[in-house]
Amino acid sequence: MATRTVTIASSVGLHARPAALFVEAASASGLDVEIAKPGEDPVDATSILGVMALGARHGEEVVLTADGDGADETLDSLVALLSRDLDAE
Amino acid sequence: MADSETQPQTQPQTHPQTQPETQPETQAETRHGIGVSPGTAYGPVVQVAPPVRPPAGEGAVEDQEAALADVRAAFESVAVSLEERATRVDDTAQQILKATALIARDKGLVKAAAKELAAGHGRAHSIDNAVETYAAQFEALGGYFAERVADLRDVGSRAVAAVLGVPAPGVPSFSEPSVIVAEDLAPAETATLDRRLVVGIVTEAGGRTSHTAILAAQMGIPAVVQLAGATEIPAGTPVALDGDTGEVTIAPDPELVAAQRERAARRADALAHLSGPGRTSDGAEIALLANIGGVEDAVAAGAQDLEGVGLFRTEFVYLSATKAPTVEEQTEIYRGVFAPFEGRRVVVRTLDAGADKPLKFADLGPEENPALGRRGLRLSAERPDLLDAQLEALAIAARETGADVRVMAPMVATAEEAAWFARRVRENGLPKAGVMIEVPGAALRAHDVLGEVDFGSLGTNDLAQYTMAADRMQGALSDLLDPWQPGVLDVVGLACEGAARADRPIGVCGESAGDPLLALVLVGLGVSSLSMAPSKVPVVRLALSLHSVAECQAIAEAARGSRTAVDALHAVREAARSELTDLL
Repeated sequence: MATRTVTIASSVGLHARPAALFVEAASASGLDVEIAKPGEDPVDATSILGVMALGARHGEEVVLTADGDGADETLDSLVALLSRDLDAE
Repeated sequence: MADSETQPQTQPQTHPQTQPETQPETQAETRHGIGVSPGTAYGPVVQVAPPVRPPAGEGAVEDQEAALADVRAAFESVAVSLEERATRVDDTAQQILKATALIARDKGLVKAAAKELAAGHGRAHSIDNAVETYAAQFEALGGYFAERVADLRDVGSRAVAAVLGVPAPGVPSFSEPSVIVAEDLAPAETATLDRRLVVGIVTEAGGRTSHTAILAAQMGIPAVVQLAGATEIPAGTPVALDGDTGEVTIAPDPELVAAQRERAARRADALAHLSGPGRTSDGAEIALLANIGGVEDAVAAGAQDLEGVGLFRTEFVYLSATKAPTVEEQTEIYRGVFAPFEGRRVVVRTLDAGADKPLKFADLGPEENPALGRRGLRLSAERPDLLDAQLEALAIAARETGADVRVMAPMVATAEEAAWFARRVRENGLPKAGVMIEVPGAALRAHDVLGEVDFGSLGTNDLAQYTMAADRMQGALSDLLDPWQPGVLDVVGLACEGAARADRPIGVCGESAGDPLLALVLVGLGVSSLSMAPSKVPVVRLALSLHSVAECQAIAEAARGSRTAVDALHAVREAARSELTDLL
């Protein structure tokens, strides 16, 4: 099980466009990826409603986990995605 | 203040028809609504279907597996149709539609619907309940997250239509340039309209400042709202609309269409040759600013040729939240609003709520007369903690983004209130404090009230409501609320005189600022900034460029010298230069 912690860089938090890009990337990996706020129950990273319902705001940390072949690479690319201000692009 | 932005205000006599009366040969019929996005349009009507609700008395399903398959198929068909629409629109709209399609494909939504089916609900109700479960979560999160609820409910309504086998709500697909007609349009619906195919928008509901009006103006699509009987116009009927005058002609005669088109072309040509800061013909600087209500508006307005924001309404930060938004939450939002305006001004109106727009976490109880009650700054006086949190967040976001942030309070009536507000603003490290002038008492004593602060901003919609003692919610009183009422112009004039004596700048952020003729009157009265829907900036810029300050003063005198609102408008049309009036 691979795990990463990352701070949300998007100035509007993880919703709308940033959430959609994240969910698309997680879905494309084909792995079981989960996302959680530290200490809270994880949600399926391929569910846009679940991801938005986290309510992760700018500057907050989230924990990503994944299992299977290429889990580390997948998480590295998702971390890179969340580390950018997706709304500013 | 009672919200200047959401109330219907019909003023059919404000813009008399400038076209020669055409002889109707067929059943041409002209009706008047409110023009909210300038320009003219002609095309066949496409009627937008209303949202679909689950039917009453829908029983439990017998075969749960089959029902779940139906629900799944309904969501999938919604996703497919959204993706199909996404291929036909521009980038921004495409992202909105794709994100909405992801919602329709969400596994969690299907799981929630399955639970509802198991609990004995029918197909349509299960979809609706599942959607509402998530909607409640988003609403509780407040801010940005709550804004997504409309998209979620749109998916729900489409899925309910699909499972019931009735036509999908919203804009049907069409291929010929058309005029979209609806009761009202959902924000996502308006945002995702194909600009190449939608030549005009007409709604039966909505107001000068409804979402439809704001988005249409931002997208540059001519639009008329508050048109009685709009949804009964048969699909396919040709209509001509004028988004300046609010006139809609059903089955118009070709001469009218030609005259409208010709005028629109001349206007577009005249506007294309002007850009940059607002200036009168003799070079006096009049700042041209935008009215905005959120981050998306800010991003759109920030990309346009205007000098900043003259009114940022912050209500949306609060209205959907169930608990007071924290400083951090607010800072995040304000940062998003200020970022596009680095080096430009952003005038922020602090929390404006009252008994007609109660906050879940600061409800002072029902009132007999909410427009005259504990609203605006009066609410802030009862709950200074809310104001302080807002000011702190504004100060942080201002420092981080480099925008020229100025803060003003709504519903200020006295010099003491203005002083109290200014002190709190400065204590929170914000350099410039101002007040809205929308209470006649404050307008009459503008010298004293503005002496306590750095600037004033006239909210002409509420100032008209309070000056004429006419409820803005009362459509039947719209004549009294006409901004051309000489009584209202007098109060504005007196406020400007008071501001001049106190040596403080005063601007206008009501709807009057976006009307090119009224803008001339306001400048003549002494106003130094005009804040309006961004789409109205070009025509106001043109109006100013054609008139000197002395001419504006003569125009203002002509207006104030009139006995009635209709006379005032006529007098100004006569006094203004024909290079302008020929284009209106």
